[in-house]
Amino acid sequence: MSDGMDQVRTLADQKYKYGFVTDIEADVAPKGLNEDIVAFISAKKGEPDWLLAWRLKAYRLWLTQSEPTWGRLHHAPIDYQDSYYYSAPKRKDGPKSLDEVDPKLLETYEKLGVPLHERAILAGVAVDAVFDSVSVATTYKGKLEEMGVIFTSMSEAVAKHPELVRKYLGSVVPYADNYFATLNSAVFTDGSFVYVPPGVRCPMELSTYFRINAQNTGQFERTLIIADRGSYVSYLEGCTAPMRDENQLHAAVVELVALDDAEIKYSTVQNWYPGDENGKGGIYNFVTKRGACRGRASRISWTQVETGSAITWKYPSCILQGDDSVGEFYSVAITNNYQQADTGTKMIHLGRNTRSRIVSKGVSAGHADNTYRGLVRIMPKAERARNHTQCDSLLIGDQCGAHTTPYIESRNPTARLEHEATTSKISEDQLFYARQRGLSQEEAVALIVNGFCREVLQQLPMEFAVEAQKLLAISLEGSVG
Amino acid sequence: MSSALSSPAWLQSLRQTARDRLESDGLPGRRDEAWKYTDVGRLEVMAYPLAERPGSPDLTAAPASGERTQLILVNGFLHSAPAQLPAGVSLTRLQDAQEVPALLGRLLPEQGKSFATMNSALFEDGLVLQIEAHTDLEHPIELISLGQADGPPVAFHPRLLLVMGKGARATLVERHAGQGQYFSNSVAELLLAEDSCLSHYVLQDEAMTAVHLALTALRQDRGSRYQAVLVQTGGRLSRHEMLPFLEGEGASFSIEGAYVARDQQHIDNTTFVVHRAPGCQSQQVFKGVLAEASRGVFQGSVLVERTAQKTNAHQLSKALLLSDRAEMDAKPELEIYADDVKCGHGATIGDIDENALFYLRARGIDDKTARQLLINAFVAEVVESIADDSVRAAFLAALAQHLSHLEATA
Repeated sequence: MSDGMDQVRTLADQKYKYGFVTDIEADVAPKGLNEDIVAFISAKKGEPDWLLAWRLKAYRLWLTQSEPTWGRLHHAPIDYQDSYYYSAPKRKDGPKSLDEVDPKLLETYEKLGVPLHERAILAGVAVDAVFDSVSVATTYKGKLEEMGVIFTSMSEAVAKHPELVRKYLGSVVPYADNYFATLNSAVFTDGSFVYVPPGVRCPMELSTYFRINAQNTGQFERTLIIADRGSYVSYLEGCTAPMRDENQLHAAVVELVALDDAEIKYSTVQNWYPGDENGKGGIYNFVTKRGACRGRASRISWTQVETGSAITWKYPSCILQGDDSVGEFYSVAITNNYQQADTGTKMIHLGRNTRSRIVSKGVSAGHADNTYRGLVRIMPKAERARNHTQCDSLLIGDQCGAHTTPYIESRNPTARLEHEATTSKISEDQLFYARQRGLSQEEAVALIVNGFCREVLQQLPMEFAVEAQKLLAISLEGSVG
Repeated sequence: MSSALSSPAWLQSLRQTARDRLESDGLPGRRDEAWKYTDVGRLEVMAYPLAERPGSPDLTAAPASGERTQLILVNGFLHSAPAQLPAGVSLTRLQDAQEVPALLGRLLPEQGKSFATMNSALFEDGLVLQIEAHTDLEHPIELISLGQADGPPVAFHPRLLLVMGKGARATLVERHAGQGQYFSNSVAELLLAEDSCLSHYVLQDEAMTAVHLALTALRQDRGSRYQAVLVQTGGRLSRHEMLPFLEGEGASFSIEGAYVARDQQHIDNTTFVVHRAPGCQSQQVFKGVLAEASRGVFQGSVLVERTAQKTNAHQLSKALLLSDRAEMDAKPELEIYADDVKCGHGATIGDIDENALFYLRARGIDDKTARQLLINAFVAEVVESIADDSVRAAFLAALAQHLSHLEATA
């Protein structure tokens, strides 16, 4: 393994490729957090009274809450008053086409390898690009509108579809859910809103690129996706961030609602700045993602590739309410240097014949700690519910940690639950076998690590699989492949 | 507490420390992660008065000793011990020890909420068993703890310290039984010196009205081997907690557990294996049958420290749910800081395998018998690894007796 170790060290020495800052004059709220700031955000976005009231209710509750400490995570205390809670790129009257978008922004996307217009045309992907907190460009809107699909920024949805937002916002992740979700409810700035009408199969993958840009700006995205009866939508979320020395807080909330026979596929590639090789800086990522399979035979599938962030605290979950509904969670989490990830899922089985599948692959290197934390709960009415969970961890180097903490709770005798977990390093036998076939040490390690993650990577939509590989290339496996 | 007056100074101070800690830290409750699924706080047992030394105990629950060295505790008081112990074995009561026995209490959590602290503050006849180096005991030592509460409920706190010398080999059988309403909170500390070997068979068959908490902490030195079989069938609420520390290279730890619960029984098996030395092995297998409104809990944690390279650790929890009111909660946990390891866990929860049932039905066996066969085989397998014939037979009989109550629901 000594060669393999060298690979890892080489990798650890690589600089974060996407670390640069675009200089755009931001429209920034004063630093700190209080009721005035909450009101400022709401006013800035011209929100209705009910939403302001909701934000304030959340804010007041948040003041009484304390940060959860159960994660296997260590970090310096977060100073919530030392952050900006609103910053928006300057806009004139709002861009109506790509031509109107600030060229500097487009340049940023170029550097990121996301040529907005080209990508949109070539790949047929509509991109609702979030730069800092406000949507600046949406494409392919016309085509989606034709089919009745609503794909807008959250602000726009509040203005144009208040009845839908009001009905579903907070219905999956209530404002009182947890410390970070409550904070998000109070200060969320923007995010994406998707509504797919009954029977419509969304003709393209929907994607959003998040990018934290202005200094000291926490990102508080709020995404809401509703798939009405018999509809289908695939949503892609990917992010990169500029290099920073200060820790940046990110507390997003994503809510999914799938009605009868509807299906939502939500894919994430997360590659925020992980901090340097000494554990300095990096994004703190505290995310609440939850989907409700409300309708019968509905289906929600989460796929995530987590390579970035200094701290990842994230548990995309499914509440399987409808009979015959299905929840899936596919995850690759790679931590290196001093990164810490505490991630997993919750599958709550309420309806009959509900099924869930969990595949989690954790790779840990350097001084990193990687924890899978999951819950599978079968409620008494969930007749014939099924769960299968597989979580595997791979350790590279003797200074890292890999941990598995699953909670498995069953209250129905007809339910069947299976859970398996393994932890190991790349076996000498496997390496030897690959080397014997003429592969270099580097290729062999790459092959094995890629094989280890394959089950998850192949769940990604085509367009994203490419991006994922690109991102992994600057992460762990890429360096050995 | 009359015995406290006559006890040596070191013991009085140990108790005082424990009492102080109990007062400052309190006892664990549902809000404590390790007690998330087993709520003892709501039980009224904490208010049970300490048991007095019983006058004429009923010993019918204690089996004939046969060739075993039998020690009988009643409500935490030593009732009887053979006049002649096998060569190489010595027995003392803690209150008779002039000095604090080395390592007493060293394996127990030093801070935080713990029932072991309560035990340290309140135990009566703490036993110290020493087995000299290279002693090879032919027959098991049997420790029987009986709870007897004929009138009002009582509480007691059995305590054992077993020290195995280098290369010693022994079998320890532990039985818990009783009648009436009582709360037994036992602590056993086992020290396995280099190359020693202990087989430890525990039958928890307490009265169905009893509450049983037990903590077995052990330290294993280089090359030592520990093999346990744990059967839990009794108690309205019971929890057996194992806390092994694998301190010496090449030590091996294994536990196989079986439990059968019905009515409103709550049975908890918790293990926390700490791998500190390289090349150690740990194996855990727990199998449970849950009927009626019973609840089973498995919390199995394996911690592999950075120093414990070449660790091999596995755990498996399998539970059969036989009723729609039964509940199983499993939390198999791995916490790993060394890279050259092979660790894994598995957990399954479900009802009887339809294919196996079909196979038996196709052979002309009726549904009820087929189910019984499958359930019996499921748990009996665990007991099969008991080497001593009479002990195995006794454990099987206890399991069979409890399984026979399940017929109605099975």
